[in-house]
Parts: sequence; C-alpha cells; structure tokens
Amino acid sequence: MDNKRKIRVLATKPGLDGHDRGIKVIANALMDAGMEVIYTGLRQSPEQIVETSIQEDVDVVALSILSGAHDFLFPRIMELLKEKGVDDVLVIGGGIIPDEDIPSLKEIGIAEVFGPGTYTDDIVTYIKNNLKR
Amino acid sequence: MFDEKEIGEIKEEYKKWSDKLKGKLVKRPERKADFANTSGIPLKRVCTPLDAADFDYMKELGLPGEYPYTRGVQPTMYRGRFWTMRQYAGFATAEDTNRRYRFLLDQGQTGLSVAFDLPTQIGYDSDHPLAQGEVGKVGVTIDSLKDMETLFDQIPMDKVSTSMTINSPAAILLAMYIAVAENQGIASKDLRGTIQNDILKEYSARGTYIFPPKPSMRIITDIFSFCSEKVPQWNTISISGYHIREAGSTAVQEVAFTLADGIAYVEAALEAGLDVDEFGPRLSFFFNAHLDFLEEIAKFRAARRLWATIMRDRFKAKDPRSMMMRFHTQTAGCTLTAQQPKNNIVRVAFQALSAVLGGTQSLHTNSMDEAFALPGEEAVQIALRTQQLIGHESGVADTVDPLGGSYYIEELTEEIFNRAKEYIDKIDEFGGAASAIEQGFIQREIQDSAYRYQREIEKGERVVVGVNKFQVEEESPKDLLRVDPAVRVSQMERLKRLKSERDNARVKNILSELKNAAEGKDNLMPIIVDAVKAYGTLGEICDALRDVFGEYQPVSTIG
Repeated sequence: MDNKRKIRVLATKPGLDGHDRGIKVIANALMDAGMEVIYTGLRQSPEQIVETSIQEDVDVVALSILSGAHDFLFPRIMELLKEKGVDDVLVIGGGIIPDEDIPSLKEIGIAEVFGPGTYTDDIVTYIKNNLKR
Repeated sequence: MFDEKEIGEIKEEYKKWSDKLKGKLVKRPERKADFANTSGIPLKRVCTPLDAADFDYMKELGLPGEYPYTRGVQPTMYRGRFWTMRQYAGFATAEDTNRRYRFLLDQGQTGLSVAFDLPTQIGYDSDHPLAQGEVGKVGVTIDSLKDMETLFDQIPMDKVSTSMTINSPAAILLAMYIAVAENQGIASKDLRGTIQNDILKEYSARGTYIFPPKPSMRIITDIFSFCSEKVPQWNTISISGYHIREAGSTAVQEVAFTLADGIAYVEAALEAGLDVDEFGPRLSFFFNAHLDFLEEIAKFRAARRLWATIMRDRFKAKDPRSMMMRFHTQTAGCTLTAQQPKNNIVRVAFQALSAVLGGTQSLHTNSMDEAFALPGEEAVQIALRTQQLIGHESGVADTVDPLGGSYYIEELTEEIFNRAKEYIDKIDEFGGAASAIEQGFIQREIQDSAYRYQREIEKGERVVVGVNKFQVEEESPKDLLRVDPAVRVSQMERLKRLKSERDNARVKNILSELKNAAEGKDNLMPIIVDAVKAYGTLGEICDALRDVFGEYQPVSTIG
C-alpha cells in the first residue's frame, strides 16, 4: 500500500437499527488514529453499502448492527461484494452479536467481530495489521 | 436553614478541620486529585450547612405534591402505592409477545410496555424489502389491527395501563389500541397508557424517524388535541431523555436536551391553538437511571423542579398538573456488560434504587443478559423481582423523598438545575430544540460526551468492573433468546390473507381521504382510526403520509 495514502474506512449502519453511539465513537477513534472515515449514517441497504465502498475506494468496511439483523444483512453484504469482484477490502463487524454466530460470519468473509466492551485502540491496531491492500 | 451565628461557628470549625487535613493529605493523598461526576461537576470532599447557607426551602423544595415538586409529584408518593412496575417487552409475533405479557402479569407486573420491531417503528410492513432481517427482532411486529387484536387477546385493557414505545407512527398504533379496546367493549375515555410520540429525540439520538420535523410536530399536536377530547387519561407523549443518555450524553445534558424538546412540543401545541392547561397535564417524561447513584437521584429531582418552573413561568400554566413532571425510568442499557453478566443484576439494582429515591412513577429494570440478546424469561423475572425487593423489603418506599435535605443531594440538585438551565438558554439561542438538531448541535454534544466516556474507560480513568479491571476468563453464554427468521415469512402470509379478505375499495378511499387531510389542516387522528378499523396496514398509512410529507434527511455530524 502507498505509504502516503491514509487508510480509508467506510463506517456504516446496515438495516434499520438506530443505535449509532458505538459506530460514532469508533469513527472518532479511527480519525484520531489518522485514518480517513466516511460515515454513512443510518439505514443503509446492503446495495448502498457496497456501492459506496466501491465509489469511495475504501480499504476497510466497518459494519455495526445492534438489532439482531446481522444474520441476514452481513451475509447479503458479503454476497454483493463478491458479485462485484471486491476481494481486497477488509470487512469487520460489531454490535450485539452472539458469540455462536461469529464462526459462520467469519466463514463468509467478515474478518473480525467486535462486541460490547471492545477498546477502540484494539480496533485501530487490528485494522492496521490486517489490511488486504 | 441556619442562623448567622451557627453558620459562623460552622465556618470556623470547617476551616480548622481543613487546615488539620492539609498535613495529613500530604502523607496520605486521596484516590484522585480531582473528583467529578459524569456531568463534570466537581465534587466536594464533604457538604455542610455552609453549602446550604442561602438555601430557600419553600422555593427550591417545597412539600411533596406541591410546587416546584422537587420532592415528588404526589403528597404521599409510595406510601400511597408503589411505582408501576413495567417491563418493556416484545419480540417475534403478536402471539409470542402476548404469551410473554401474560407471564409478566402473572408474576405481579402492574403495567405493560410494548416493544415494537424496527419495521413497525419506521412504518414498513413486514413484506417491505427494508424489513428483511428485522421482522420481530427488537420487538413485536405489527402490520395491522389484526396483529394488535392478537397482542391484547385476554388482556383486560380497562385494568392494565399500556405504554407503547412508538414515535413516528404513534398515531397509528394509538388508533389500533383504541379499536381493539372498542372490540373488547371498553370506551376510549377509560383507556390508560402512554405513547412515546417524541420525534425530536429520534432525530438527535434514537433514529426511528420517518417524516421531517414540521409535519411530525403537526401529527403530535393532532394527537394532543384528539386525546384531550377522546382519550383524556392517556399520556400523549413521553418526552424521552433515556435514549439521549444511552447515546452518550451526561446527566446534565440528558435533563437539558429532554426539557428543551419538551419546550418545543409545548410551543408547537400553543402555535396550533391549544391551551397549555388542556394538554400540559398529559405530558409525561422518560429518563435513564445510570451508574452514578447520587448524581442520578439529584438529576430526577432537578428535572422535576426545572419543568415546574418552565411550565409556570415561561408558559403561564395555571393548572398544577401541567407543572408536575411525571416520568418513567429505565435502568441504563449501555452500562450492562457482556463480561461477567451476573454483575449486571447488581448494577440494575443500584440504578433502580436511584430511580425510586428520585421519585419515578414507573420503572423498567433491565435484564442481566441484554448485552447479548433479548432477555430470557429467568433474567426478566430477576429484573422484576429487583423492583419488588426495593418496594417490599428495602424500606425506602416508606418515607417520601428520604434523601431530601441532604447537603450533598441538595447541592447537586441545585447544580444540575442551574447547568441544565444554561444549556436550555443556549438551545433557545439556536431557535429551539428542532433548530439545534437541524444544525447538528445536540448530536455533536452527545457524541462528544460518548467519546470522552469511552476514552476514560480505555485510559483506565473510569473503572468498569469486569471490563477494564477484575477480568476473568469466561465462556460464552448459552441458550440466548433468538427470533426465528421464519417469523417474517408467516407474517407476510398473514398480510397477504388480510389484503385478500378486507374491503380494499374502502381502504383505498380512506387513504386518499387521509392524504387530503394531510395536505390541509384537519386533525389526522379520526381518519387514521377509520383507516386501521378498515384494516389498512401500518405501511399503507405511513406511505400515504410519506407521499404528502416526504422523509427526514439527517444532517451529518461526523468528520
């Protein structure tokens, strides 16, 4: 990756969930860590998220869901990314996600899932160490 | 409170005591250089009569049930009867939730509180593409009156009061509630309950908005006016600080932003030509009970006093009931930890106790497992038992406002009152809460506080037991409550059947009548009642209104 280019992150809220405290805190932390963050706001459809991530040429997509709809929305987003041939973007997720759901989410390409109590510093480190390009 | 001579003596003693302490503090410093609460209010080592020297009892406190209601809105408070124990619940289908309600009522719960799923809250039927993955997840799914009939099956609606967490589509759910009651033979004038109906905090903190501010405020004032005539015992709005706090605000900001929203609703209703004492007594509030026990107690008391002064002095209310701030409280969901979840039982107990000592009218206690999923039955039972323990065993309910007069509590109450008032003045300069939200001011204030709080945890300045201190290795929780994705499929079938059975021409007529009314000035409530009775769906009614009102476009506050 080009050293001069800042890491670009799409921080987004798929689905209808309105809990944006976590994603906004993370967006602030990533910006403080020198990354460029595009925050989409609420109510993003999987199609919108994939479209924006391509248009904005991001290195990372950070998904946050606290409503339980991750079981439908995360796979749908991964499916669309695949369809569009996007395979060099690091996709991470977070929110209220039962541990037992994590293995299947990782299988479809969500690189890591961060639950309640996660330190923002840990997310920063994780992103820096796991970029795909 | 004390005469000058006494104050003089105390001052002298206090000085001696402080001097003596100085030497000791060099050898044994305190745990922190500065003590402050979550609102950033510096905390004194000890409070004494010196802090209360200019304290005016009748002006600042008065007696319970009397202006400014600092000590409580009723003269006898919980000596008369306990607060309403009202657990927020709802998931999957109306059948599933109806079963949970009957379980809770059997367990001694005294009121219902309906959680709706997100499609319902945002005005989409279950078959809408954006409802995929969300049906029945965070609450019960309601598409039409049919579902509402199932939800309240065998529940005595004349005896149980019901609170509904519904905002943009509040008029529709209230209309359904009225229609179901009518089927049960209960007149709307006998119904008791609450709709949240608080759109401003949806824009600033909670996110389930549909329409832009102006038409949203019009729907709200239509509801005020309709209910004052037809559903006089109904709380037409629950002006909510809860979600503002959950989104990260401080205690002071919670009071300030909530009351600023309240001011905006009163102004909108006055502009719509209503009399303040006609709708004022039916306004209700909803607060968060967070971690800082004493700060929370002071917060509730300060909020009550501040609202009373606003209603009397700013809006010239005459009816004392317009000045009384009645409120529901829920313990702080954001303080529940996924780590060592049983500790949450204790957190909830302290938070619930602060709400009771702060004089709440009703209370929801969170369940220990809510950092993972919707609460299971056992966890809900412990949460409800926590309230019953406080009421029946702890003794705190036997004297009104038992902490009133504590130097510290009164000092803190005054401090929160003053700081919240300053914030409200600032919001007034923005042109009121709606403008402050449209300019992103309130959202930025909240998110800055949330970020600061998180950094404090990460730097170890704020201890969260089990998260950044006293951690243990633990296994993941098992047997969490899960909502079957098949709920959407069955709900869609139900919807299809409904549309084939009802009088579609009639639905169409009423919906076009609704659009006409929305374009004009007539009260929308009676037409919405007609629409739900004809089994028009929630999505259809919201779509008709979307056509006329458009949708809210949020302002970006990140970056």
